[in-house]
Amino acid sequence: MPPKIDREKCDSCKAEKESLCEQICPGDLMTLDEDKKAYCRMPRDCWDCMSCVKACPKGAIETRIPYQLGYHVAKLIPMMGTNTITWTCIDINGKVERFQYINRGMLE
Amino acid sequence: MAEKIPKSLNEIQTEVIETDLLIIGGGNAGCFAAYEAKTKNPSLRVTIMEKAHISRSGATAAGMDAINTYIRTDKGETPEKLVKWSRAQVGGGPIREDLALSNAELLNETVELLEEWGLPIVKDEDGHYKLRGRWDISIQGEQLKPIMAEKAMEVGAQVFNRVVATNLLMDGNRCVGAMGFGVRDGKFYVFHSKATIVSTGGACGIYKSPVTDYSGAHHQTWMCPFNVGTGYAIGIRGAAEMTSMEQRWIAIRTKDFCGPVDTISVAFGCMITNAKGERVMEVRYKDVGGDKAARFYRLNAPMTEWLEGRGPTYVDTTILSSEEAKDLREDLLNERPSFVLFLASRGHDITKEPVEIYGSDPYIVGGHTGSGYWVDMKRMTTVLGLFAAGETAGGNPNKFVGGCAVEGRLSARGAVDYIEKTTLPPLDTKQVEKEKERAFAPFMRGPEFDGVNPMEMEERMQRLMDEYAGGIHQFYRMNEERLDHALKNIKMLQDQTKYLYAKDLHSLMSAHEVSDRLDVAEVLVHHLKYRKETRWPGWQTRMDYPEVDPNLDCFIESVRDPKTGEIKIFTRPFEQLIPGDRTKA
Repeated sequence: MPPKIDREKCDSCKAEKESLCEQICPGDLMTLDEDKKAYCRMPRDCWDCMSCVKACPKGAIETRIPYQLGYHVAKLIPMMGTNTITWTCIDINGKVERFQYINRGMLE
Repeated sequence: MAEKIPKSLNEIQTEVIETDLLIIGGGNAGCFAAYEAKTKNPSLRVTIMEKAHISRSGATAAGMDAINTYIRTDKGETPEKLVKWSRAQVGGGPIREDLALSNAELLNETVELLEEWGLPIVKDEDGHYKLRGRWDISIQGEQLKPIMAEKAMEVGAQVFNRVVATNLLMDGNRCVGAMGFGVRDGKFYVFHSKATIVSTGGACGIYKSPVTDYSGAHHQTWMCPFNVGTGYAIGIRGAAEMTSMEQRWIAIRTKDFCGPVDTISVAFGCMITNAKGERVMEVRYKDVGGDKAARFYRLNAPMTEWLEGRGPTYVDTTILSSEEAKDLREDLLNERPSFVLFLASRGHDITKEPVEIYGSDPYIVGGHTGSGYWVDMKRMTTVLGLFAAGETAGGNPNKFVGGCAVEGRLSARGAVDYIEKTTLPPLDTKQVEKEKERAFAPFMRGPEFDGVNPMEMEERMQRLMDEYAGGIHQFYRMNEERLDHALKNIKMLQDQTKYLYAKDLHSLMSAHEVSDRLDVAEVLVHHLKYRKETRWPGWQTRMDYPEVDPNLDCFIESVRDPKTGEIKIFTRPFEQLIPGDRTKA
């Protein structure tokens, strides 16, 4: 499923030798175009694992469900904290839900 | 960005890395192998060759919501009982009980290592790992892969990310490393090693997936679609013996989005129902265990409901409270986050409407079912110096995350012992040059070449396997004539790989991926042909041989002759170590 890139937000991770989405994609699918903006070279081949979404320091990448499978438009946005992750999910009816939990460390 | 296509092989730099232990595939088993080897002997040079980036590569890239096997000894569970359960899950086997037992004995300690490294594991009131099934424990495993990768790097493994393996490096009958190319830097890599562990993923994408026709969803698969069976293919081409390739892993999954069902059914108690509202397993499959039936029954049953006019099929989530439904989705976010997005894209309140389920495409894996290299107790394959762990090691199903991690450690112990008794022979430069030429061939044909692009060939293969070798669109059914047709066309496709062309390094990787998948598919079909019975309905359904044949209560094995390409099939006996009814957990 194709990741959708916000071209305004994407700065190609200027400080990095290679943009983080490009570094992390398990399918070698993320790369930069001539304007140095990230894109998915083979949208059909994305596994929607969301590794690029989590890695993007600018929050410029969104995973979308293809229309053939789901209605327009739902969103799922991860925020990576220190040892926590917070997900915001918005369904097609505008219902917002938040999930927050520890993703590193020992649980009691 | 588009790379400059080299005009000749001389423009391609060859990088030779000499090492003690090469690990092909830095996934779960690979990271644990690196950890174990460096812990046993810190002076060893340990090198990981990884196709992607080890922080988020392979099957656990998105995370994990459970460790499916942990032995709660305080509840009277034992390694023997776990093996007995595993045997029952594959219909009584055959399974390698010797391997399974040695895995089970190291299991708890290995899972506890993960917690020590930073993986949050959910506890019950007494401070034990909280069970969500008989063996499954819940984790908050969104960071599972980065945690394992960091440990491998911390212990000092040298990691080569974005290097694709194309073949083993051989010294006569001994494996002395592997070769491949850099998908970023375009270099040819030669890893020259005293011992090698193959710990790549299994094979996904040999078959067409149920939703593959949708333009944006070719990879709507359960198994990681970037796991293409290279770990098997290099062994097949290197004359290693493979076992149980016909024991395909096919899972019942959520429909239209290949999401987890066990999380919903096992952990949250939502049962399988059909269009008529019947509890399918309880009504029709009570004799094989009802809702606790072996995994292939839990796949085959809902698909049979569809065939017989009682679909759609569901897991009944309407029994859940809103809090439980939220907890469930939190679990799903740890493993398959986009499934939560999928539910949102349908405005689906799972407490009001059940979740539809359907079969997945078939996968060849050694972590869930038993496909892979035949290995000895040290996890050495039949090729001297080549070890296997995780998805690639066969005969020992239901390993999942915990068991694959254990096997990584065991293979490293075997490899370290072997390394101590061996030296590195001189590098065979002729072999290196030959492989370099083969590896870059689709690239050297140039962009103007009138040939076949890897995607076209992949789609051709996937449709062929789907229709003729028991894919989802044929409800997993097959017969001898269809398998013969598949084999004939696999041979055609293998021959036509000489027409593959690559326009960049990414498509060069794709060209090798489809070639590797074809080599696995060929062996798979030979195995399917040999098993003239139906032992695991769904996983392996022969319409022309619908019954179990007691004479085939054995392992089916194969070796490819590297000179002729001929595949020899033979059997090995099943050895029962744990007494009792093999079909009972």
